[in-house]
Amino acid sequence: MRKIEVRHGGILEKGAIHTYELFRLTIDSVRYMFTRPSYFDTILEQMYQIGVRSLSIVLLTCFFTGMVLALQTGYQIARFGAKVYIGVVVALSMVRELGPVLTALVVAGRVGAGIAAELGSMQVTEQIDAMRAMATNPVKKLVTTRLIALLIMLPILTIIGDIVGIVGGMLISLYSLGLDFSFYKSTTIQALALQDIFTGLAKPVVFAFIIALVGCHLGLSTTGGTEGVGKSTTMSVVTSSILIFLFDFLLVKIFFLMFETG
Amino acid sequence: MIHLKNIHKSFGNAEVLTGVDMQIDEGQTMVILGKSGSGKSVLLKLILRLMSADAGTIIIDDEDTTTFTEEQMVPVRKKMGMLFQSAALFDSINVQENVAYMLREHTGMSNREIEDRVEEVLSFVQLSGVQEKMPSDLSGGMKKRVALARALAFKPRYLLYDEPTTGLDPLTAKTINELIRNTQEAHDVTSIVVTHDLISAFYVGDRFALIRDGVVSFSGTPDEFKASTDPFIVEYLACGREYN
Repeated sequence: MRKIEVRHGGILEKGAIHTYELFRLTIDSVRYMFTRPSYFDTILEQMYQIGVRSLSIVLLTCFFTGMVLALQTGYQIARFGAKVYIGVVVALSMVRELGPVLTALVVAGRVGAGIAAELGSMQVTEQIDAMRAMATNPVKKLVTTRLIALLIMLPILTIIGDIVGIVGGMLISLYSLGLDFSFYKSTTIQALALQDIFTGLAKPVVFAFIIALVGCHLGLSTTGGTEGVGKSTTMSVVTSSILIFLFDFLLVKIFFLMFETG
Repeated sequence: MIHLKNIHKSFGNAEVLTGVDMQIDEGQTMVILGKSGSGKSVLLKLILRLMSADAGTIIIDDEDTTTFTEEQMVPVRKKMGMLFQSAALFDSINVQENVAYMLREHTGMSNREIEDRVEEVLSFVQLSGVQEKMPSDLSGGMKKRVALARALAFKPRYLLYDEPTTGLDPLTAKTINELIRNTQEAHDVTSIVVTHDLISAFYVGDRFALIRDGVVSFSGTPDEFKASTDPFIVEYLACGREYN
């Protein structure tokens, strides 16, 4: 675990050092995915902590978002006689954009902050040093395991979030806007192309890297005792959220270029 | 044998170590003394390469580890046990798993063998039966003893103690001192003890090294330390007597 000492540099210098260390951490944690030991039990435990325990908040967020989306767009486009397209709007919005981004933001808030706080506490109480002193690689043991868990669980959570959002939108469309179930179902299925599913699932993979690595990096670089842990936790949520929005934009641009129609 | 040659270490603009030379022979217990912030604990971290020296050479068992990578340090670290000042027990796992940590990481021992070894080292530190407790349920002295058991579990050749009695009441501190001495005798380990506690130093130490102004200003036996006419050492000893 290489670290550069942050001395009295300005904000740009510190930013550059953090970026470099984050880059190194990314390379190392990916490299350690293919080395022994595999820490299979730790990965399973993290999958439970990260994935299963985030399920309820993801379900709530996506369900209500789907309902609000149907309500807002439904009443607006009804004025143009286009109410029948609500299913298309909800499905495309959820699968392409809202499902991946909202799920990632919720997980960044719950899991990313938790990772930064846990690793930050371990750092300031010398537990990371103890781990290294006992000939264990903390990046392999703590970062790679969390990264793998997030790479598996975030796409799964996103798929569930997409489905629940579409169901939320459907309920509003059926019971509030008076659409027919079979019509809603067929327009939704027709609206979704393979590329939508691909773009919707590529995003959570990138977001998983952001949440895991930002949380781990900020946790492992914590200094300044419990106050430092608080700062790392807050920084983790803020940085992850900004990077999620930034990379969402970049990915959409790339997907547009790849598929032309986006 | 651990040999430190001309070790330098700075933090920002503060030069902490400016040319430390020290040799710790096999089977010896070296006590490192010095004022707070003199770089005593830094020396232990440099030996384990938890941080790297700005200049100088660290030789462990005839191997120059100064520029070793994390991977290269694995076999070196397996020979060592470290008792951290804060005990540094993993607070998310119980005592059993803390003590078993290195056994699970680096051996193919069965659960039964690991349990037996954990019981053995916990008995040695007089803490049998606490395997299921979490670190947060332990007192400061118990944490240090569990940390010592954890350090001993992998049968290290070198034990590094960072202020083992700091923050403990005199009776618990005495127990820890006895354990350090017993460990050296029973397990034939080479030890480095960083401490402020002169009672502890005289109880466990075979040799003393005093870090002052970034260098080793005294190195010798406890008796030579006591007999020194260096004004700093005289004052250091006098302050120790005053409070003890």
